[in-house]
Amino acid sequence: MKLDLMTSLYVFMLAAFIGFEVIRRVSPLLHTPLMSLTNALDAIAVVGAIILVGEGKSTLATILGTIAIVAATSNIVGGFMITDRMLKMFKASGPRKP
Amino acid sequence: MNMISTDLLLEIAYLVATALFVLSLKWLSSPVTARRGVWAGEAGMLLAIVGTLLHGGIVSYRWIAIGLVLGTMIGVPLGRVAMTAVPQRTALSHAFGALCVTLVGTSEFYLRAPNVPGFMMGVLSLEVILGALTFTGSLMAAGKLQEVLPQRPITYKGQNIVNLGLLAIAIGIGATLVLHPEKMYLFPFMIGIPLVFGVMMIIPIGGADMPTVISLLNSYAGLSAAAMGFVLQSKLLIIAGALDGASGFILSVNMSKAMNRSFTNVLFGAFGQEQVTAAGAKETRPVRSASPEEAAGILTAASKVVIVPGYGMAVAQAQHKVRELYDALTKRGVDVKFGIHPVAGRMPGHMNVLLAEADIPYDKLLEMDDINGDFPQTDVALIIGANDVTNPAAREDTTSPIYGMPILDVDKAHTVMVIKRGMGAGFAGIENPLYYMDKTLMLFGDAKNFVGSIVREISGGHN
Repeated sequence: MKLDLMTSLYVFMLAAFIGFEVIRRVSPLLHTPLMSLTNALDAIAVVGAIILVGEGKSTLATILGTIAIVAATSNIVGGFMITDRMLKMFKASGPRKP
Repeated sequence: MNMISTDLLLEIAYLVATALFVLSLKWLSSPVTARRGVWAGEAGMLLAIVGTLLHGGIVSYRWIAIGLVLGTMIGVPLGRVAMTAVPQRTALSHAFGALCVTLVGTSEFYLRAPNVPGFMMGVLSLEVILGALTFTGSLMAAGKLQEVLPQRPITYKGQNIVNLGLLAIAIGIGATLVLHPEKMYLFPFMIGIPLVFGVMMIIPIGGADMPTVISLLNSYAGLSAAAMGFVLQSKLLIIAGALDGASGFILSVNMSKAMNRSFTNVLFGAFGQEQVTAAGAKETRPVRSASPEEAAGILTAASKVVIVPGYGMAVAQAQHKVRELYDALTKRGVDVKFGIHPVAGRMPGHMNVLLAEADIPYDKLLEMDDINGDFPQTDVALIIGANDVTNPAAREDTTSPIYGMPILDVDKAHTVMVIKRGMGAGFAGIENPLYYMDKTLMLFGDAKNFVGSIVREISGGHN
């Protein structure tokens, strides 16, 4: 499915607005996990690298793409792991529910 | 299955993944639902990757598999670092994200050149310029945070001109390539110069500015990924990049407000160059100091205590002793809360993570705006390893270099206790008049040992 320039810009603009509205509501308590989570989500760039390597159009693309897959995958795995580890530590006081 | 329906299935997978990503961030708004957010993110990611792997265009899986396995092997240890090391881990992951974007952009250029339409070349230039400077900039930030590089800011005359000049040249090359994509020999310069710029950008930055810098690099990493989405015409990537960019932008603005720096200052990455040479006359007034025993007595007699932790607490690894103090006081019926300044720690929210790791309940961790109204009714404000964020000069003394910076109003508490190694000035080299107030008691010593001694006194006196 091909996108033209204007559609891409619309998508970007709307996503940026949603991003602002959703992220403004994230409690400052969780700003560190927020950064590690958005970082992991950002590593979705791995799909671009996978297609690049999979199509194997040139040796250069295969080499650079493979390094790109390594970098992005480490962000996905490490990012989700550490975010979950951090969030597990946040506990409310006492047995009562917050 | 024919090509059209696989394409359609892939598009649907990406659509669902996009929804899961937005939900993931939405659920992060509260600690109660936050872990669900991680699961949604993971599900979206898995769906998108599996969908892509099944995409018809892939002819060979060998290098993809090698990349995925190697990446997992690097990612697992990075997911297990200590909580004090989270800032440098985050900086490193910005570098990895930017590396991925830069390498894919480079490959795309050489696959397409010289037949690259103007618009495509424009976003491709944006992608690799932002990606390359974020890569080296984040590596530098990680090095400074890990203390393998000197943390002290290095400045020289004309630094901003050199830096902006480098950036301008890179943008100029990008513009030239938009008009003349056949000048392929220019492309390596468009990567090399931002790589140098990324290093130069972080050189003048000191440890205290790291929260802002990390947020800004986060934003750049997101924007470069969004640009990559434009190049690959992937809505999913544009959206993920825009979300990441927005998040980094919001955090940068928060941090710059908390440090009272102007936004343009942040946007151009020109922080830390205002070197402060200890302003004003030296304080000659005497300070009052107290022993752990006296401190324990005052704390147990209090009904409301606010603890203000700074990065010094984390450096001294005192958070677990602070937790013991919290337990000991709470057991005696003292109401203990924590006042967290937005820039406490080395990245946004870092202090909360460190205290949560020490098992301090998150509902006791209050932001600056929520706790400041409580100080006039607070019996004791106990400051551990924080300095400038408690300096009343920021509120009252218009000549102070930190004037205007929002602070925790600890000076309004009935008694102020400050655990500090000695009378040295804070990170910014500014005298803190708080220490010379009549209601202030200085507790000289290592944070961990001192808090430990107070806890022993409290428990000893109790039994």
